[in-house]
Amino acid sequence: MSIPSDLRYTKSHEWVRLENDGTAMIGITQHAQELLGDMVFVETPAIGRKLKQGEECAVVESVKAAADVYSPIAGEVTAVNPDLELAPEKINQDAYAAWLFKLKPVNAADLNHLMDAAGYQKMLESEDH
Amino acid sequence: MKTTSLNQTHHDMNAKMVDFGGWDMPLHYGSQLDEHHKVRRDAGMFDVSHMLAVDIKGDGARDFLRRLVANNVDKLLQSGKALYSCMLNPRGGVIDDLIIYYLSESHFRMVVNAGTADKDMAWMLAKRDELAPGLEIIPRRDLAMIAVQGPNARARVWEVIAGSQAVTEGLKLFQAVLFDQYFIARTGYTGEDGFEIMLPSSDAVEFWNALLAAGVAPAGLGARDTLRLEAGMNLYGQDMDETTSPLESGLGWTVDLKTDREFIGKQALLAAPARQQLIGLVLLDRGVLRSHQKIAIPGDTSDGEITSGGFSPTLNQSIALARVPLSINAGDEVQVIVRDKPLRAKAVKYPFVRNGKILV
Repeated sequence: MSIPSDLRYTKSHEWVRLENDGTAMIGITQHAQELLGDMVFVETPAIGRKLKQGEECAVVESVKAAADVYSPIAGEVTAVNPDLELAPEKINQDAYAAWLFKLKPVNAADLNHLMDAAGYQKMLESEDH
Repeated sequence: MKTTSLNQTHHDMNAKMVDFGGWDMPLHYGSQLDEHHKVRRDAGMFDVSHMLAVDIKGDGARDFLRRLVANNVDKLLQSGKALYSCMLNPRGGVIDDLIIYYLSESHFRMVVNAGTADKDMAWMLAKRDELAPGLEIIPRRDLAMIAVQGPNARARVWEVIAGSQAVTEGLKLFQAVLFDQYFIARTGYTGEDGFEIMLPSSDAVEFWNALLAAGVAPAGLGARDTLRLEAGMNLYGQDMDETTSPLESGLGWTVDLKTDREFIGKQALLAAPARQQLIGLVLLDRGVLRSHQKIAIPGDTSDGEITSGGFSPTLNQSIALARVPLSINAGDEVQVIVRDKPLRAKAVKYPFVRNGKILV
C-alpha cells in the first residue's frame, strides 16, 4: 500500500493536501477505508463553518460502522465534495482522490505539525504489532 | 481463538477476519456489498460451522422438547421437518433461538447459535438431568455447516453433490434429508432459497472448493447480517436476549400459548402480556440507522430503540428493526435520534426483502 508523499497525515487517519491557492483539501486514508469497508454514507460540514484543530466535523459510514472525521487543522470550510452524496463508494475506489471538504487554513504552517508519509507509515506499522 | 475447519481457506482467500464471539470468522472477502448482491441475484455461500449442531437421542426426546422450547414440537410429524423456536428461561426471557429437526422419535437435531452454545449446552444438560435423565445430548463439533443461498443456490449444490437433486428437489421450505454424509436442509438466514448443509468437518474444504468452482461466491458475516436484516430475521443478542420477551421481539408467532402444554417460561409470558413490539423502519432522511439509537414518538413519553439497523444494499437506503410501543402502526412516521439530530423514518411491516423482491 503506497502512501502519497505529497500529503500530510493525522493519527486519526485523515490526509491533508495543500492546494496552490492556499486551501487545504481533507480526506480519509486508504488504511481508514480498508478498516471501514464499503462506504454507504458521508456527512460533510456546512460551508462557512469555522473548525478548530481536532474538531469533529464529518462522518463517514460504511456497511460496518460510523466513523467521525476530525479536522486536521484550524480553518474555515470553503467547499465540500458534491460527488460523495450519491457515490460514497468513491472513497473505497480511491481514498486519496475522494476528498471530503476544503478548508481555508487559519495558519498554513499548522500543516507542518502533522505527520509526513514516512511518519504515517511508521505509525501504521506500530499499530499492526 | 476458535476456528472452523475452513479457517485456513478463509485466510487463503484473503478474507477480512474478525473475532465473532471468540471465533475467527470471515467478515468479507473484499466487498460486503458485492457478496450481498451475489446472494440476492445468484448464489453465495457462508461458513456457519461456528454454530453448533446438538443431537438429542433416546426415548422420550419429544416429551423433553415439549418442555424445553416455546414452539410446539408436535408440529414435527414427518421425518426431516424443521421448526424454528425460542428456548426460554423461567422468566420468559430468550436463552437462544434455534432450529429443531425431527429425524425419528429417538433422534432430534438442534442447531444453536455460536455465542450461546456453551450456556445452551449447560442449560439443556441441567434440564435433561431434571426431566429426562435417560436422554443423550450430544454436541456435534465434528460437523461443519455451509449455507448455500440465492436463487441459483440449489442448482449449484445439485451440480456439486452427485445424485442430490433427486432426493432434495422435492424438499419444501423447512424440510431436510440425510444423503450420504450430507445433511441437507432447505433453510437459511437470507430470505432467499437455498440449503444449509451439514457434513463431516474433514470434508468441508473439498466441498467448499467444489462450490466455488461451480460459481458460488464466498460471503462473510457482514453480508449475512445485511441479508438477514432485509429478510426481517432476528439476531440473537441484538433483537432479543435473556431480558426480553419473545412476545416483544417479533417472535410471538413462534410461541405456542394455545395448547395446554407446559413449557419453561410459559407462565411468565402469560403473566406479562406484550407492551412493546418489533417493527421495521425505513429511513426517509439521509444517514444510517444503527442499533441502540433512540426513537422519539410524538405525543408519547415512552420511547423506542433500534435493535438492529444498517444500510440495505437492496433498497439502497437504511433500514432497521426497532422495539417500540404498541401504539405505533405501519405507515406512521417516527423520529430516530442520530448523533443528537432527529431523522425521519417510516414504520413498516417487515420483511423488507424476500426472494429478491422489495416488499416495503
